[in-house]
Amino acid sequence: MAGGNAGSTPEMVTGAQAVIKSLEALGVDVVFGYPGGAIMPAYDPLIDADLRHVLVRHEQGAIHMAEGYAHATGRVGVCIVTSGPAATNLVTGLADAHMDSIPVLAITGQVARSAIGSDAFQEADVTGITMPITKHNELVQSPERIAGAIHEAYHIAQSGRPGPVLVDIPKDVLNETFAWSWPERIDLPGYRPTVRGHGKMIREALQLISEAERPVIYAGGGLVRSGADQELFEFATRLGLPVVTTLMARGVFPDTHELAVGMPGMHGHYSGVMALQEADLLVTLAARFDDRVTGKLDAFAPHAKVIHVDVDPAEIGKNRAVDVPIVGDVKVVLGQLLKVLDDKSDADFAPAADAWRQHLIEMKREHPLRVEQPDTGVLKPQTAIRAVYDTWGDEAVYVAGVGQHQMWSAQVIPYSRGRQWINSGGLGTMGFAVPAAIGAKVGVGRDVPVVAIDGDGCFQMTFQELATAVQHDIPVVFCVVNNGYLGMVRQWQHLFYDDRLSQVALPQDCPDLMKIADAYGIPGFRVMTVDELDTTLAKAREITDQPVLIEFRVDPDEMVFPMVPSGASNDDVIESAEEWRARLAAAADDQ
Amino acid sequence: MNRHTLSVLVENKPGVLTRIAGMFARRNYNIHSLAVGPTDDPRVSRLTLVVGAEAVQLEQIVKQLNKLVHVLKIVELDEADSVVREMQLVKVAAEPQHRSQIIELADVFRAKIVDVDHDSITIEAAGDPGKLEAMINLLEPYGIREMVRSGTIALARGGKSITDGSKVRMQRVV
Ligand SMILES: Cc1ncc(C[n+]2csc(CCOP(=O)(O)OP(=O)(O)O)c2C)c(N)n1
Ligand SMILES: [Mg+2]
Repeated sequence: MAGGNAGSTPEMVTGAQAVIKSLEALGVDVVFGYPGGAIMPAYDPLIDADLRHVLVRHEQGAIHMAEGYAHATGRVGVCIVTSGPAATNLVTGLADAHMDSIPVLAITGQVARSAIGSDAFQEADVTGITMPITKHNELVQSPERIAGAIHEAYHIAQSGRPGPVLVDIPKDVLNETFAWSWPERIDLPGYRPTVRGHGKMIREALQLISEAERPVIYAGGGLVRSGADQELFEFATRLGLPVVTTLMARGVFPDTHELAVGMPGMHGHYSGVMALQEADLLVTLAARFDDRVTGKLDAFAPHAKVIHVDVDPAEIGKNRAVDVPIVGDVKVVLGQLLKVLDDKSDADFAPAADAWRQHLIEMKREHPLRVEQPDTGVLKPQTAIRAVYDTWGDEAVYVAGVGQHQMWSAQVIPYSRGRQWINSGGLGTMGFAVPAAIGAKVGVGRDVPVVAIDGDGCFQMTFQELATAVQHDIPVVFCVVNNGYLGMVRQWQHLFYDDRLSQVALPQDCPDLMKIADAYGIPGFRVMTVDELDTTLAKAREITDQPVLIEFRVDPDEMVFPMVPSGASNDDVIESAEEWRARLAAAADDQ
Repeated sequence: MNRHTLSVLVENKPGVLTRIAGMFARRNYNIHSLAVGPTDDPRVSRLTLVVGAEAVQLEQIVKQLNKLVHVLKIVELDEADSVVREMQLVKVAAEPQHRSQIIELADVFRAKIVDVDHDSITIEAAGDPGKLEAMINLLEPYGIREMVRSGTIALARGGKSITDGSKVRMQRVV
């Protein structure tokens, strides 16, 4: 096993060199990081390594970049930081990656073994702190263990249900010299994710589908993680099954297809929400019945039987009882389902009822998103976002922050493939977009535009990473939908707190985003009204070799609809502000 | 809430107990008792967990435990078909006139006298939780100075072992 040098004298290396050699052995091409005391030994061999290092401006940036990279490429994103405050700066990103099943490897320095537990300078119990927000973690106790720990961490991060794994390495372990060997095989007796679905369950699932009158595919983010776009497309089109794509799955089935009925959930499309409510069968593919999708759980999809495919058995039956459970990688399971279909004649397995499909197509037509954009003057945020899409097009990757702009971006852009839409769904991490877009751009390379669509609140949480983009020549398009508010919070205060606005106003002109663009030495564009939109975006589009900052001054009063109020049944989906006001008035009349 | 006894084989790695206890705390599950010790294989420890849960939650507990990388195997033991034991040490006040009565009582429970002082007796007893409860009730009037009780440990009856997994119902789904 000794890296092919059995018999010859073993190569002597330091623990620090072992870290770098391990990353190289795994084929890691880029790490996002920030140096400091305990990790410094590893930054020395980095100079000569075959590894790109992106120097961030805050460790939260490093982990969100690793997430963005992983999101966009499907490969493990790697970040490396020092002990104590640097490691604790990773916490938000680890929790984010844990929630959204993003494969991330975090390497942290730790104080020397002899100092552990003594409250030494920059000591923090990082494995303890991150235990509940990582898929796994390990405090490395000897240099001989480094390669094994990193190899296992990498494997755990990307296999089964992906997630973040952290490896914490004491400084003296990094400094110690030992005989290097790379463990070709890893030994994890307690970790054996099931990949293939159970044959009997596969047949039962097809049986349920053939009996259903109103079947819907409830497509979740796991399809994106597993790269199952094609299998999903074939499965849905072959059986004529309508598809809803969750916030985490936008694009995994093309929005322009007639079987696409949109996004379900709190701010989903009307047809996406109602398709699930009316369905008699949910073909749940790597989705997890999140409360933002189900609304009031007892009232969710009340007529539906449930098939649930997930690689994580713990998701099956967690929130909703299941009729046919299938544990396995969704890409593989879809392949199995298609295989069984291949062996059947069309007479055995006719596509689902046409009436149901027609019903949903009509519903989509009758209940579109309602945006009223006047011809001149005030710019509606949805108009701005749609124009961004029209400018950068289908080839681009779109990365959102968290808030209203995120929901509008999920709603108005017609996505066509998985990994085209990147956002923080489970944790809802403001500040995600800027660094995640940088990481995504590093992952997809020169030819694919990456466009961040951020909020003015979110942007101010992490825009220091503009310097990272400039220094490392990472030409992301940064858009800020500036409504002068923590808009999503304002919306809730408006709707549920009688419009008593509390601590949600952000001065629209402070900071002056054009001066920020200036300060970072990148082109800045500001769009004040709808009239300037197209010409300004056309100018911005011409810049492809450096980061760009575009600010949209938008109508601060615009709200996100449709909306299912928190805790309400999905049947109570509200489609517009007028409908909301009408309901309030009716309720007042009743009293 | 029903009590369930889970036998869990885990890799003998640092922090494995913290992972399990932390998972229970974070997901708001109930642990009544937890005992851990070595097995015949030095790489493997065995935990006995007594949890309070209804069926759906029990399934979640088992699945969430299984997600921990260091957890090797989980089996639910049927209490009626298992040997279930706890151990207890009790220091009882023992005035000279009560001494023989206390010793007799210990005998009835097949408990052992493990320490004697001028005015106290320490009794060691093992058994199922009901028996130990009963013994405490009878000793109470003499005055219990202090006591300590272990978590539950249990093994299925019959010749099979957790590592062949045929007799006991395997919970592992992964
Ligand atoms: C780190 C963090 N803090 C607080 C929140 C709560 N929160 C959700 S959306 C939102 C407002 C976001 O404001 P902005 O970025 O301007 O986006 P907008 O809703 O205005 O489009 C806030 C404060 C959060 N999701 N994340
Ligand atoms: Mg805002």
